[in-house]
Amino acid sequence: MPNVLSVENLSKKYGDTIAVDGISFDVERNEIVGLLGPNGAGKTTTINMVLSVLEPTSGSIHIEGIDVARQRSQALDCTNFAAVYAPLPGNLTVYQNLHVFGLIYGVRHLPDRIESVLEQFELRRFRNFKSGVLSSGEQTRLCLAKALLNQPQLLLLDEPTASLDPATARDIRTKIREFAMRGLCGVLWTSHNMYEVEHVCDRVLFLSHGKILLEGDPKTLPREHGKSTLEELFIAVAREPLALERV
Amino acid sequence: MSLNRTFAIVLRQFYLVRGSPARVLPLFAWVGIDMVLWGFITRYLNAVSSAGFDFVPVLLGAVLLWDFFTRVMHGVTIAFMEDVWSRNFLNLFATPLAISDYVAGLVVSSIGTSSVGLIVMLFLASAIFGLSFVSYGVAIIPFLLVLFLFGVALGIVGAAIVLRFGPATEWFIWPIPALVSPFAGVFYPLATLPTWMQYFSRIVPPSYVFENVRAIISGHPPSVNALIWSVVLAVIYVLLACWVFTGVYRHSVRTGLVARYSAETVS
Repeated sequence: MPNVLSVENLSKKYGDTIAVDGISFDVERNEIVGLLGPNGAGKTTTINMVLSVLEPTSGSIHIEGIDVARQRSQALDCTNFAAVYAPLPGNLTVYQNLHVFGLIYGVRHLPDRIESVLEQFELRRFRNFKSGVLSSGEQTRLCLAKALLNQPQLLLLDEPTASLDPATARDIRTKIREFAMRGLCGVLWTSHNMYEVEHVCDRVLFLSHGKILLEGDPKTLPREHGKSTLEELFIAVAREPLALERV
Repeated sequence: MSLNRTFAIVLRQFYLVRGSPARVLPLFAWVGIDMVLWGFITRYLNAVSSAGFDFVPVLLGAVLLWDFFTRVMHGVTIAFMEDVWSRNFLNLFATPLAISDYVAGLVVSSIGTSSVGLIVMLFLASAIFGLSFVSYGVAIIPFLLVLFLFGVALGIVGAAIVLRFGPATEWFIWPIPALVSPFAGVFYPLATLPTWMQYFSRIVPPSYVFENVRAIISGHPPSVNALIWSVVLAVIYVLLACWVFTGVYRHSVRTGLVARYSAETVS
């Protein structure tokens, strides 16, 4: 069985600017991989290339063994995402948004599935509310409900808990962790919350200037590099990337 | 192409229209006003002109057909603009949705919205001013087909312009029908135009429609060859428009415009 996600020598250049510089990594089943790095490191660029909304300059991306460049629709059929910067249209209700996106993703037994995610993310009472009138936390939960609607094999989460209060964020982390462990799903997760990353991710990749500098278990990686916490390691990567080598 | 995905785009548009009087009203209000205004103008012209010539099918019929074309074009463009206004590109294009599914959804949405306008116009023009499509005979079918296809083509090109150059170019695409109308000869024979404009008119499919409308009203048979040519021309424009939109979409994916779409990110 192929990895959920395989990225090989992926690069993106804008003129002379290199946003992503020949990175390679995999996401396995039942694994949550954290993609970490300072602003501008290339995390969102990488996610956009996996989602096929940004064409790589070179390299390849396979989702479930399917080449995204050649069979985009088939590859994205088993993928979904939630990002803090991509709220669902505010002029549709919660139910309408889930209905429209459920049809696009070809979700089977869609009405039942919508009820299930509404329940899971405590959105039932908002089902007929326009998404635009929800609080930012409720909108984030709606994005996550959309992201799990098609029970994707690959789930991409770009700072999914950025606008949530600590209690809700913990619930959401638990739900996503359960989802990843239950089926055959793999998750690629970006976050600037190192506490969250340490608790959720099985493995982390540190990106800086478009390159993967470090890779490993978030619980042991700081000690391996002489730092006491993941946050300290993050700051070191952000400030002195040349002093660190990829493990 | 996936029917489910195309249906999703149409359903999205249906939800938006159903829940918003501000979207329902323009479907029929402006074309209804046009019918009433031009209906009374034709009545006045009939009263002051020499007896025997009926301005209703010539002028009011032409306005109705032109408004239908405009509604088709705007129907496609508005369905696209809904995704611009709600910043929905990333959500949509990060799904399995293919460009063909998306464009087909825009076109089907436009069929729905323009049909509402057409029905209202037909009702007002026939009930109040006595316009009947029967006077055009079976030629009405190619007339509507050509106008529909050309409206779809311009609508897709309008969407491509906004996708390429950003939301600020929205106000550039609404007047496109007005820019085309002098060459289409909506209200006058093409022979009225200077020679250089007549050359352009030959590549504007609606010009064949309005020339034939006038021919039929004058008691001449429609030119079958001209109508076939105008259908072929309109189909070519639809294919060209799809090609342009696909090219612009690919450019947007290459440059990252889809992922971060706003007026400020356009280069």
